[in-house]
Amino acid sequence: MIRVENATKAYGTSVVVDGVSLELPTGGVTSIVGPNGAGKSTLLSTVARLLPLDGGRISVAGLDVSTADTRELARVLAMLKQDNPLTVRLSVQDLVSFGRYPHSRGRLTETDRALVRTAISYLDLEGLEDRFLDELSGGQRQRAFVAMVLAQDTDYVLLDEPLNNLDMPHARSMMRRLRRTADELNKTVVIVIHDINFAAAYSDQIVAMKHGRVCRQGSPEEIMTSEALADIYDMDLQVHEIEGRRFAQYYF
Amino acid sequence: MTTLLDLDRDRPAAASAAAGSATSTPTARRGAARDPRNSRRNLAIAVGGGLLVAGSVVSLLIGAGTLTWDLLWISRVPRTVAVLLAGAAMALAGLLMQMLVRNRFVEPSTVGTTESAGLGLLLANLLAPGLPLSGKMLVAVVTALLGTFLFLRILRAIPPRSSVIVVPLVGMMLSGIISAVATYIAYRTDLLQAMGIWMTGDFSGVMRGRFELLWVLALVGVICWFAADRFTVASLGESTATSLGLRYQAVLALGLGLVAITAAITVVVVGALPFLGLVVPNLVCSVLGDNLRRNLPVVAISGALLVLICDILARTINQPFEVPVGVVVGVVGAAIFLVMLLRRGQRG
Amino acid sequence: MSSPASRAGMSGRTTQDPAATAPPRRLLALLGSPPARLVLFALLALACAAAYYLINANGNINFVLTYRSQKVAAMVLVGIAVAISTVLFQTITANRILTPSIMGFDSLYALLQTVLVFVTSAFGVGTLSSAMNFGLSAVLMVISSTALFLWLFGGPRRSLYLMVLVGIIFGTLLRSLATLLQRIMEPNSFLTLQSRLFASFTNADPALLPIAAVLVVAVSLVIWLRSDELDVLALGRELATMLGVNYRRTVLIGLVGMAVLVSVSTALVGPITFFGLIVANLAYQLAGTHRHRYVLPVAALLSIITLVGAQAVLEHLFGMGTVLSVIIEFVGGIVFIVLLLRNGRQR
Repeated sequence: MIRVENATKAYGTSVVVDGVSLELPTGGVTSIVGPNGAGKSTLLSTVARLLPLDGGRISVAGLDVSTADTRELARVLAMLKQDNPLTVRLSVQDLVSFGRYPHSRGRLTETDRALVRTAISYLDLEGLEDRFLDELSGGQRQRAFVAMVLAQDTDYVLLDEPLNNLDMPHARSMMRRLRRTADELNKTVVIVIHDINFAAAYSDQIVAMKHGRVCRQGSPEEIMTSEALADIYDMDLQVHEIEGRRFAQYYF
Repeated sequence: MTTLLDLDRDRPAAASAAAGSATSTPTARRGAARDPRNSRRNLAIAVGGGLLVAGSVVSLLIGAGTLTWDLLWISRVPRTVAVLLAGAAMALAGLLMQMLVRNRFVEPSTVGTTESAGLGLLLANLLAPGLPLSGKMLVAVVTALLGTFLFLRILRAIPPRSSVIVVPLVGMMLSGIISAVATYIAYRTDLLQAMGIWMTGDFSGVMRGRFELLWVLALVGVICWFAADRFTVASLGESTATSLGLRYQAVLALGLGLVAITAAITVVVVGALPFLGLVVPNLVCSVLGDNLRRNLPVVAISGALLVLICDILARTINQPFEVPVGVVVGVVGAAIFLVMLLRRGQRG
Repeated sequence: MSSPASRAGMSGRTTQDPAATAPPRRLLALLGSPPARLVLFALLALACAAAYYLINANGNINFVLTYRSQKVAAMVLVGIAVAISTVLFQTITANRILTPSIMGFDSLYALLQTVLVFVTSAFGVGTLSSAMNFGLSAVLMVISSTALFLWLFGGPRRSLYLMVLVGIIFGTLLRSLATLLQRIMEPNSFLTLQSRLFASFTNADPALLPIAAVLVVAVSLVIWLRSDELDVLALGRELATMLGVNYRRTVLIGLVGMAVLVSVSTALVGPITFFGLIVANLAYQLAGTHRHRYVLPVAALLSIITLVGAQAVLEHLFGMGTVLSVIIEFVGGIVFIVLLLRNGRQR
């Protein structure tokens, strides 16, 4: 379980995360949605201890993220930011192998290698192992990073805008993979995502943020109503039901 | 419609600048006196001018020996005039270069102009030691021009959308390479120490008969004043300037020529004053905005004032000995520049 | 907790060790695996040292060999110190353009030394021995460079280019300050200082060699033993933290090591701005892997090969022993421009 109690984070005078309290149950896919500047990515980064909190407490699987041993946390929780500029020239194999660092400290065992292989095949990267990251397309690169996170083999996986840089087919297959990761590998997947329809279609739970606070939390059915979405995004949109699923129409 | 008419009405007075910088037109239309920037400018000129006069008097009075008319006339007055001319001109040269290269972080000593002038001076001393000072200066002007155009040539290799910081970085590396060549030549010919002295700005050797070349700098300033509007238009970039009917390449060549002449003369007569052309225009523009004609007097006065203060400091800090003013300017200039950079980084 | 391996099953293919995964790439592949390359470079370094010793070794053999031994020792120590400190710094800051000397750290050392001489002469303590002066400067260096680093890199993230420019200006500021102090200090102290500051490969202070050797070997070893951690650190602060590296502690250890190494090399031969940049980038190209276990020693060896080899050629074949540092700065400046332009183009 991820437990956020009264978390606050400010940059200078602007408060980005404003007293958020939240409980995310173990397992399943949770999507964090909301307009730009709502504090979604910042919240995710504080959960992953990449940003120190200014106030409040966050614990993941019972470990307080600001005090727990960072190496222990790295075996429980993995996070991927939306862009990861690298100055080192790494092959896909090298990058994914880094996912095993929290477990092996750089000396890969047979088990580590097997897990790296599995993560690579899970993300359809076979045949690209020896390619350098700067030779890959944006989508392949993104998948390589996700493979690294999976190789880390943590119970909690946080992804900040995993659909960034992906075209429609790749975006859909990424969402399908994340769904499978949660279902087959029993992981708790938390993503920040902009596309509300993707969020509704693939998550078990949606957390909506606005102005640094959680404004709604619930199942996709509860969030996918015209009123709720209008409240979250401050715009009119209609929710239509097509083949038993709800879609937000906000294009016109 | 009315705007266009207004523009037309303005044209005879403000010539091409009004047509060129659309942003400055509305303010120009409202009348110069009411623009808050103009009143701020006038205030700056008044305060700066007052300080400058006071500083000059101090500069005339301090120093070794009893004050006599002869001393004043032979040493103190030339020195003070040299300080004012060199400071004003280097600040202007920096401003001009920043406009023409369209980058706030360039100035003669960060793009290789100063170092090229130094190389030229070295070569002139090696190959034609008998040349009079004006001849050596001419050689330095030519090499300074060559160095500046080499920089422009390299500039074209920089991808258009790369960071603004890349331009001064490349420029500094170019100056590093040019000065490495000069250092090597000086080392092989046992001129290293002499070269170190030439290249460090120092007004202690200035006296009657040895600074008159600096008056050329005043001439450069006048030309700058008359061509100010053209430079402002050129600073909008080649395509905009050309579409506004400016002979861009010619104006660019004129401007950078003026910069090279200024840098070369300053190096030959007093030595380098590093970062002066960078910090002064940046400080002034951050308060007054970018309009060459409006800023020109303020930049010139501020540059002169800064060098004057540094010179007084250099003369008093270790009395009775003098510290070269170039060293003091280097410390002050680098410190201000550093603060500017780190501030900028915080905002970005 | 179930692993992807147990759920998704194992694919039958075998994978190589990550250290050896760099794919075959044109001519560089001919160099072989990283360990083989290491051996190759070690042999080359030995060959360079032998060449430096043996070419034109006539006259009083004993004198020539002693004299040359000192110079080789200085070059080897400086080579290792510059290589390790540069790779370390680039890993800590996750970039490949900034180096300690471009950021002005060796100017900082020069300034500290000047201040030290200035203060001791002002208070009439008399002149410190060169080893004493070195020790004190090095301690001050560790403290002030760590503070400087945290000030520059600890705050809001700034662009790489901005940091480069800041570093260069900082170096200029420190040098100008040192010059200012030198101009103010009394002539005798200046003479002491001058011999220390304007050191070069040809006149490194022999009194410093033993302590320099101990420091370089010890620090390099400590750093090398943390290679695996450095591999992760090179991914940047966020990924490294995510992978369970104690970022702050590792960076601090690295910084202290870097400060000591920079002190050693600056004390021995004075500032050499671009040498580290050349050597580190060569090492990234030639090591055949990103792993510090290989990159660090390869950088050190390349550094020795370049310094000793070039000095052997210049001194013995062309009789121009003193131009080495000028050539390094010249080539390094060009490499730097190319790196900057290439980096700009990738954006």
